[in-house]
Amino acid sequence: MAESEVLHAQHRLEYPYARSTGPIIGAFLTALREGRFIGATGTGGRVIVPPTEYDPITGDDVGELVDVGPGGVIDSWAWVSHPLRKHPLQTPFAWALITLDGADTGMLHAVEATGPEALATGARVTAKFRAEADRIGSMADIEAFVLEGGAS
Amino acid sequence: MADEPTADATVDRGPVTTLATPISLDFDFTPGVAQSKFLRGLERGEFLGQRCGTCGKVYVPSRGTCPTDGVPTTDDVVLGNAGTVTTYCVVNVPFAGQSIEIPYICAQILLDGANLSFMGLLQEIPTDQIRMGMRVEAVWVDEADLIPSLASVKYFRPNGEPDADYDTYKEYL
Repeated sequence: MAESEVLHAQHRLEYPYARSTGPIIGAFLTALREGRFIGATGTGGRVIVPPTEYDPITGDDVGELVDVGPGGVIDSWAWVSHPLRKHPLQTPFAWALITLDGADTGMLHAVEATGPEALATGARVTAKFRAEADRIGSMADIEAFVLEGGAS
Repeated sequence: MADEPTADATVDRGPVTTLATPISLDFDFTPGVAQSKFLRGLERGEFLGQRCGTCGKVYVPSRGTCPTDGVPTTDDVVLGNAGTVTTYCVVNVPFAGQSIEIPYICAQILLDGANLSFMGLLQEIPTDQIRMGMRVEAVWVDEADLIPSLASVKYFRPNGEPDADYDTYKEYL
């Protein structure tokens, strides 16, 4: 049998998981749908974003949910020259850990910029939310973060 | 993130309690040389097996080697449409993605002249009348609809012959 007669087919294996969010992450996702951010107050008043149901260091239950962002600071970042199909942006972008204003932890999201030379650790960014009708309560409700002042 | 469902802004939306997180993997599957031949056979409306040159057993579908002797199977054998139900299962349980109305019968079918059975859908018989040893035949899709896939076989159905003797299929259970 000639090599060309060997068959090929495109297959997709998919598991349609639906996860229960719980009260804290559910509140965070509900806030995203409303176009805003919340964090959870952990031990000693440290604000955890995205919020967890317990303080990851002490294991204590978290307290009050507080508003944070939508601006923040890039803690660290990595440039993605060749985005993959499932990446949030299809043009080159950066994955970044962003500490939102009022938060004490970094949150991972995409930063839109013209190139890696436009980015720096410590740069200020702000969230660009999708239109309200397109928001569903997901991290994807944030289209990306952009440099403050439109300097991207 | 691109696979998320879209929002319906016309409904009053309560707090978010669930999150859709589909996980999918896309891949290019190749069945290899031996099973490609089998699938090409289905495209012609025939079951193509291969015989081991050492032990003489006929495998359908063939993996290209004899699992007993470890030698390549190079001798192609075209098998007929008739076979014997060696064992079966009546499916009564609905599940996600089910395309056949329940209850239905999954049968292991040993084609005449083959030494390996494969699973097939059995139709045109009430589920309480299925039995081991039942003689069946393949019902193919219309010639224009034949494709290199087991979907070319619509199902198997009883062919009216007397049941096969247990001794003829007891090695294949």
